[in-house]
Amino acid sequence: MRVNMTVNGRPYEADDVWEGESLLYVLRERLGLPGSKNACEQGECGSCTVRLDGVPVCACLVAAGQAEGSEVVTVEGLADHARQRSGEAAGAVCPGEPEEGHPGTPGTTRHPEPTRPGQVAPLAPVQQAFIDAGAVQCGFCTPGLLVTADELLERNPDPSDADIREALSGNLCRCTGYEKILDAVRLAAARTGEAV
Amino acid sequence: MAADRTASAPATLTQATGATRGTVGESTPRPDGTLKVTGEFAYSSDLWHEDMLWGFTLRSPYAHAAIRSVDTAEALALPGVYAVMTHDDLPAGTHYGLEIHDQPVLAKDRVRFHGEPVAIVAADHPETARRAAARIAVEYEELPLVVDEATATAPDAPLLHPGRRDHHASHVPHPNIVHRQPIRRGDVAAARARADVVVRRDYEVGMQDQAFLGPESGLAVPAEDGGVDLYIATQWLHVDRDQLAPVLGLPADKVRLTLSGVGGAFGAREDLSMQAHACLLALRTGRPVKIVYNRYESFFGHVHRHPAKLTYEHGATRDGTLLYVQCRIVLDGGAYASSSPAVVGNAASLSIGPYVVGNVDVEAIALYSNNPPCGAMRGFGAVQACFAYEAQMDAVAAELGLDPVEFRQRNAMSQGATMPTGQLVDSPAPVAELLRRVKALPMPPERDWEAAGGPVDVRALPGGLSNTTHGEAVVRGVGYAVGIKNVGFSEGFDDYSTARIRLEVIGGEPVALVHTAMAEVGQGGVTVHTQIARTELGVDRVTLHPADTRVGSAGSTSASRQTYMTGGAVKHACEAVRAEVLRRGRERFGASHPAWAEPERLRLEDGKVVTDGGEVIGDLAGILGDEAIDLEREFRHRPTEPFDLRTGQGFGHVQYSFCAHRAVVEVDTELGLVKVVELAAAQDVGKAINPLSVVGQIHGGSTQGLGLAVMEEIVVSRDGARVRNPSFTDYLIPTILDTPAMPVEVLELADDNAPYGLRGVGEAPTLSSTPAVVAAIRAATGRPLKRVPVRPEHLTGG
Repeated sequence: MRVNMTVNGRPYEADDVWEGESLLYVLRERLGLPGSKNACEQGECGSCTVRLDGVPVCACLVAAGQAEGSEVVTVEGLADHARQRSGEAAGAVCPGEPEEGHPGTPGTTRHPEPTRPGQVAPLAPVQQAFIDAGAVQCGFCTPGLLVTADELLERNPDPSDADIREALSGNLCRCTGYEKILDAVRLAAARTGEAV
Repeated sequence: MAADRTASAPATLTQATGATRGTVGESTPRPDGTLKVTGEFAYSSDLWHEDMLWGFTLRSPYAHAAIRSVDTAEALALPGVYAVMTHDDLPAGTHYGLEIHDQPVLAKDRVRFHGEPVAIVAADHPETARRAAARIAVEYEELPLVVDEATATAPDAPLLHPGRRDHHASHVPHPNIVHRQPIRRGDVAAARARADVVVRRDYEVGMQDQAFLGPESGLAVPAEDGGVDLYIATQWLHVDRDQLAPVLGLPADKVRLTLSGVGGAFGAREDLSMQAHACLLALRTGRPVKIVYNRYESFFGHVHRHPAKLTYEHGATRDGTLLYVQCRIVLDGGAYASSSPAVVGNAASLSIGPYVVGNVDVEAIALYSNNPPCGAMRGFGAVQACFAYEAQMDAVAAELGLDPVEFRQRNAMSQGATMPTGQLVDSPAPVAELLRRVKALPMPPERDWEAAGGPVDVRALPGGLSNTTHGEAVVRGVGYAVGIKNVGFSEGFDDYSTARIRLEVIGGEPVALVHTAMAEVGQGGVTVHTQIARTELGVDRVTLHPADTRVGSAGSTSASRQTYMTGGAVKHACEAVRAEVLRRGRERFGASHPAWAEPERLRLEDGKVVTDGGEVIGDLAGILGDEAIDLEREFRHRPTEPFDLRTGQGFGHVQYSFCAHRAVVEVDTELGLVKVVELAAAQDVGKAINPLSVVGQIHGGSTQGLGLAVMEEIVVSRDGARVRNPSFTDYLIPTILDTPAMPVEVLELADDNAPYGLRGVGEAPTLSSTPAVVAAIRAATGRPLKRVPVRPEHLTGG
């Protein structure tokens, strides 16, 4: 079958999709977007978390056909998503402030300064905070956690620790023991709060 | 979109530092951090190649059975299927293994564990491959099971490996025992006669899974020269290659491995999983073949932590001095040897913990059985022992009426102590100090769920959002534990690592390239390499070459050894490069300044050659010109020796690592639910090369220990030796709700034998975390709790 969807703001069309394929499989294997991860494919680990029409879901549990006509945001589009959101927010608060330009076209693979990735890259606040706080080790859980944490901060810009734990409880991490992940979400919230 | 993803080597990473200088001792950001947060980092399961096929493995549904026949015709007839292979199709070697080559690539006429690979399929869609595998007709005849020590050593026990001729075969008491290591020191019988207090108990540790998140996966690409290129997530590229080449019937130089992104390891990637299968299918079909396990298959696709039964007897005098320890540790190694012999050596030699005990009688064995194969997992034999000896320390302290921390401190080893193996502990061993530090930390607030005047916040209670209690029948307990872990490969193993450093001027700026075969599995070794290169060569920009088999072996990313060993190799190679820089500088500019004649007075800093007085006498760009320096060096730690097979005496370990924990738990005694409220740790790391990563290792290890204490166990059915819970639905690892705040105290007492004085970090926190949590539950409930993981039914009822 053919599946049409909008991923990270860009229209996609996938052909010859077998009815049993998940949204995760189509994203990873047919659309060239392997950022969403396949840690369990049982809906237990959250590493494949994407936004489906705004709602965080495990992409492994969504049949590809169910995503027909939907808007999907994956980790690859998180920076653009956050930028658009802050643009809207900034527009509401201080309309005169110019929106920062960015080099990437939505949906294309970005290679920010490939020879110096440690330097400035157009990242969402939560992405930068994960790097700075030491919340990334093997990084396999990171894409799902980022999508989940970003959605939390969108709903609740100033979450308590208990709120963060509750929101991230569907995302397993085996490396960090979560302490640095908590630090990262707190840091992202604080920086976003300062920026407004 | 997909077409631009190819199986080419991972991109090199160049890092220049931002806010920090990124040298040794600084919390430096990961060079792969940006790629990992944008989803662009290529893990082994993300690889794609044009014309790629998907491999799938057919596994045995029985734990022990004879294979009477295999019929692949129906599978081969399925459209989209390109190859089906069984044992009969293997081109060369038929077995592999880390130490003993006892594991079949594909089962021949007998399967020895539930999930053993029997056949492999390559097809153009993963679902087609799965369906084809389901069409393979295998006729099995079930055989009697070996499931524990009694069935393994019974007079009529079936032999797992009849006629075995490995180097342990001659000294084990039974062919179903992989290895046996006794340790004898002093006179236990005489000490027992003098003891005022004797405590003898049995303990049990369940089978823990590493549960890394990135599934076993890789892509094998057949090459024009008849060889194969394998892009793979592993812990040790070279030992994979050395096992693969004989199986593929290829010389080692035609089996080229490149490390892909690795989604965690924790020991589970030390053994081969899908490597041979993907290469065999690629060579058979002439097409690239990708294999990715799903989580269900992953539980069958790698070894686990050995479950153990332990019997301990401790004797002490009334004043709180330990007189003797006698113990017996039975580890279940499952169907194949994997790293069982080394796990036995660790369990035996570290069996009494970080204590001074003059009289010791230890026996550790690993069984062959029809249970799932067990091998390396973080802590490697020391975890099982630590659970038991720390429970014993609490029990003896209670008998003596002593505070458990004070009793430990009275018997704690320190530098200059002698291990039960006779080995002198010749570097800092601050065991008493680590305990003092965790004890001195402030306690978390009591009854945190009771907001002043507000509603109960159930999220702070055992059971959490299940809303099972509002604090009724919830009691608090506090527990302590400390452990000892070896660092590096032991018992005479020729443990070395290799680094190649290339220093050259690019765009007027000196750039160091670091090339090693170290498996970065998430631990942050790549960050450490950039820090060491900057420190030793005085450059800002460091490029990391992808890890592959074109450079010498780095050894395994295990045994807490990579910062010591490959970090040591990078340092060693940088020193050689620096010496060459100074030699060239002296050759060209020696006449300009007398200091060139005294290279020991010179260092490299900010791209300059600087004297010990701070005077700049040259710069790297000028010295190097357009000629690079490119050197490869090996680094070895000091030699060790095997433990004597009768007495266990010997200088067996390179270095020891110590961590202490204090756990605070709250238990709902009516429902048997546990919430760990806080898990504090103190660890001596010798030198924190990257403090942020060091703390991250301690957090991660502590959490895996917590998981073993209260959640994690692979349940194997007693009647069929079948794995009952191969999913994250039924095998529970800690979530962020299960994991508490974890304050960490880091000590840095240098080990003069090690690079920068550092001590391996990764494993020690996994040891003491488990017994500390269980001690806290015992303190809360008064129950004896001799088995982990602790389950609700252990905490409720009579």
